[in-house]
Amino acid sequence: MKREYVNIGGRLPRVDGMVKAAGEAMYTGDLSLPGMLHGKLLRSPHPHARLLKVDTAPALTLEGVRAVITGEDTLKFLAGGIASPGNEPYLAFEKVRFVGDAVAAVAAVDEETAERALALIDVEYELLDPVLDPFAAMAPGSPLVHDDAPGNISFETDLSFGNAQRAFATCDYVRYDEFKTAPIRHGFIEPHAALASWDTSGRLTFWGSKQSPYFTYRNMAKALDIPMSKVRIMQSYLGGGFGGKNEMFNLDFCAALLSMKTRRPVRIVVSQEEVLYAYRQRHPAWIKLQSGFMKDGTLVAVDAEIVAEGGAYKGIGALSLYLMCTFLALPYRVANLRAKGCRVYTNTQPSCAMRGHGVPQVRYAAEVQLDMAARELGLDPLEIRLKNAIQSGDTTGNGFEITSCGLSETLLEARGIVERWRGETPADSEPHLKRGIGVASYGYLSGPRMAGHNTSAALIKVHEDGRVGLVTGSTDCGQGSDTVLSQIAAEVLGIHLDDVQYGGMDSEIVPLDPGVFGSRVTFITGNAVKWAAEDVRAQLAGVAAGLLDAEPDDLEFRDRRVFVRDEPDRGLPFAKLVKSAQYSGTGMTILGRGYWAPEDIDLPRFDTGMGNQSGAYSFGTQVAEVEVDTETGRVKVLRLAVSHDCGQPINEMLVEGQLEGSSIGGIGHTFTETIQRRRGQTMNASFLEYRMPTALDACPVEVTHTDTVDEMGPFGAKESGEGVQVAVMPALVSAVHDAVGVWFKEVPITPEVVVEALGRGAEAAQNADARRGADARRDSRDDGRSRDGESA
Amino acid sequence: MVEITLDVNHSSYKVGVEDHWTLLDVLRDSLGFTGAKKGCDHGECGACTVLIDGTAMQSCLVLAVQAQGKAIVTIEGLARDGRMDALQTAFHEVGAIQCGFCTPGMIITARALLGRNSDPTEDEIKEAMSGNLCRCTGYVKIVEAVQRGAAAGKTGAGTTGATNADS
Repeated sequence: MKREYVNIGGRLPRVDGMVKAAGEAMYTGDLSLPGMLHGKLLRSPHPHARLLKVDTAPALTLEGVRAVITGEDTLKFLAGGIASPGNEPYLAFEKVRFVGDAVAAVAAVDEETAERALALIDVEYELLDPVLDPFAAMAPGSPLVHDDAPGNISFETDLSFGNAQRAFATCDYVRYDEFKTAPIRHGFIEPHAALASWDTSGRLTFWGSKQSPYFTYRNMAKALDIPMSKVRIMQSYLGGGFGGKNEMFNLDFCAALLSMKTRRPVRIVVSQEEVLYAYRQRHPAWIKLQSGFMKDGTLVAVDAEIVAEGGAYKGIGALSLYLMCTFLALPYRVANLRAKGCRVYTNTQPSCAMRGHGVPQVRYAAEVQLDMAARELGLDPLEIRLKNAIQSGDTTGNGFEITSCGLSETLLEARGIVERWRGETPADSEPHLKRGIGVASYGYLSGPRMAGHNTSAALIKVHEDGRVGLVTGSTDCGQGSDTVLSQIAAEVLGIHLDDVQYGGMDSEIVPLDPGVFGSRVTFITGNAVKWAAEDVRAQLAGVAAGLLDAEPDDLEFRDRRVFVRDEPDRGLPFAKLVKSAQYSGTGMTILGRGYWAPEDIDLPRFDTGMGNQSGAYSFGTQVAEVEVDTETGRVKVLRLAVSHDCGQPINEMLVEGQLEGSSIGGIGHTFTETIQRRRGQTMNASFLEYRMPTALDACPVEVTHTDTVDEMGPFGAKESGEGVQVAVMPALVSAVHDAVGVWFKEVPITPEVVVEALGRGAEAAQNADARRGADARRDSRDDGRSRDGESA
Repeated sequence: MVEITLDVNHSSYKVGVEDHWTLLDVLRDSLGFTGAKKGCDHGECGACTVLIDGTAMQSCLVLAVQAQGKAIVTIEGLARDGRMDALQTAFHEVGAIQCGFCTPGMIITARALLGRNSDPTEDEIKEAMSGNLCRCTGYVKIVEAVQRGAAAGKTGAGTTGATNADS
């Protein structure tokens, strides 16, 4: 059961809200320094070519140009790589591997001069045959993106438990489907930006737009071969990340190296067009999926073959592939699973993590197939999920230990929502407008265990007026972590949220931290903050015990006061206690520190997918209602609902914001978004042509929480930022099927795709329509079988 | 380089510009109004939206020289006499802000909407805000914030900033 708190669980506005509303929040591109130069990167126009010559001399003659660097000016450090060393140069040498690969960088007195200088750099390429399709890339004799990767195989995962092949023979019903997801972009509005300032002592000060500043710190030291103590990473406000700002990129490196060369601060802000074609994307995936069931809906076995297009470089792709395979084991019980994944190099922009990291692709396939099976078996989609839902205390075949789980509760909640919506939904208003409802569930992790450093840490400094300063290395890219972490500190210390000042990232004082990815911050950094606050409280309790003639354990910190439990009058104000500690005798410096990572979590086995990956798992169910215009193929999402198990929400308003943003983002992924390329060239590298949802696509999102508390989470909290994005696509695809009787096994479902599929399946759809009388429509249990139509 | 005079946030500035410089670049780089954000520089995202004579316009699509003699208001100029605009407060209070990069443009666009329509319907709000992209919030709370800002306007609380250019 959930407990009552003062600073936890409410709807507190975020701590940085007014600064952002006032336009005072400075993002990296807003910063400038005296004497600052402006940098630009020259990028390859070819998907695959050998670099024969990069002549920078003509550019250097242009007035206002201060430095030009190429791959030959670097130490040829190779970035990326989790399970094995990386292979991405910050500036290309020998070869370019995709349209957008950087070959040189310029620093000049202004952006226009830098831009003109780029045109003067003389690059001679020997064009090589590109590989632009992962299946062609794997074919014998295909050109190689990397000479040391035969077959263009970037990484393979082969997860197996039970015996799927043998188990299929025992099943009442087995089905096989092939699914495909599109390459999509993160969609943050703030482009990548970097500002670097090198000084004569050899110290580099760097402001970046980074989810994980310490990744940049580490790579910067390696790539420039300087001590880590000389790398000072600062962090401004961050204009969205969604996984696309985790890694250190070429602009970060080039700003630093150009500053070293020129002894001037150098700022590089790339264009949104560059973000789109020259940085990261979500892995597009081809998923062959076979699942076996008993008549009652019990899921017996799953066999999957996943091909993920990795693009030109390794990056963190091993983790992506590992997550694609292992999340076939969640959120349903399955005793037999085989998941073979293959990440393939092609001459396209590199793929990386994006909200849900690999899991949305595979769960789209698995959830849609589960619905198809349910209908074939005459079962309700919610019943088949309830039948198989994983439970607290379960351990998956690959070792995920489920310590708290509200999945069944979310399904029951969803059942109520579906029944209510079916009752509210009027009959189709026009013959060409068809309404439908779909559901899908998800599980997600609260911070993945990484192969390297995994511990978050926090420092709390107490000011003599009773206010506190808090710093961690987990940056707020918009999700609200500064607020959530401040709430945790306030709760432990019995002060108000206003009393906590969250400080910015500065690697000179802020302790080492992996940063923001995998929904780790509330769970892992939140615990570190709790420990740091408890450290402060213990120090102050020692002083208060002397002043109040009481035992430290008997003291309570609440409402800016410290008092003996059950004797509220025997106490003193928090600020007075702090001052007493600091001013009396030799004086104390009240500085709390905390660090935390879940214990007994296995190092990830990227190759086999075995081991417990996270300290806690979140769960939920998404419900979607759509209206399909069968004449135009346009799908309007009427409303969404999420029933969510994130343990104890630290801040309900912020959790809602996460669920709403994830859900509406999923509308784009399902219906409009795909990166289009021709011969490796991105054809829709703009916000106009790459269609993300606008306010016109937004719909109401009903949010409910389960009554789950995670024993390990801070105040019982778990993940809430990414999981729900996993279930949006399948819920919407299922709703479209419910409306028009067609299954879509490839996303996005653009209007053209819908119209074509409806034309193709006209006869079958008509039959389905005929069977779907108004009465049958109200009863989702009986008509499951009859709704099944053609597949697209 | 020509010297022009711009009226920004109720003050007058003399500034040297090239003919082809955008208002956005001059606001940010010459005058230090970095609250106008550069998201795409092509009129696609709306983050650079400012009020020009009360109308919301993307300042990356306006040349600085075109803005002479017009009243320009950026997000920094919306608060008056130390009081935040009702929309700024509403965006904060309902949780319509996440990363905050789109926020200045959103608030300015909403202020212009309320300038010409003090009681917009939900559809009118969505239509008006549809040129401002946000990937974080899903727009749900942004629409709610504009509704709250409109309600505050009706009670007379904090309606500063825009005048109605369209009527």
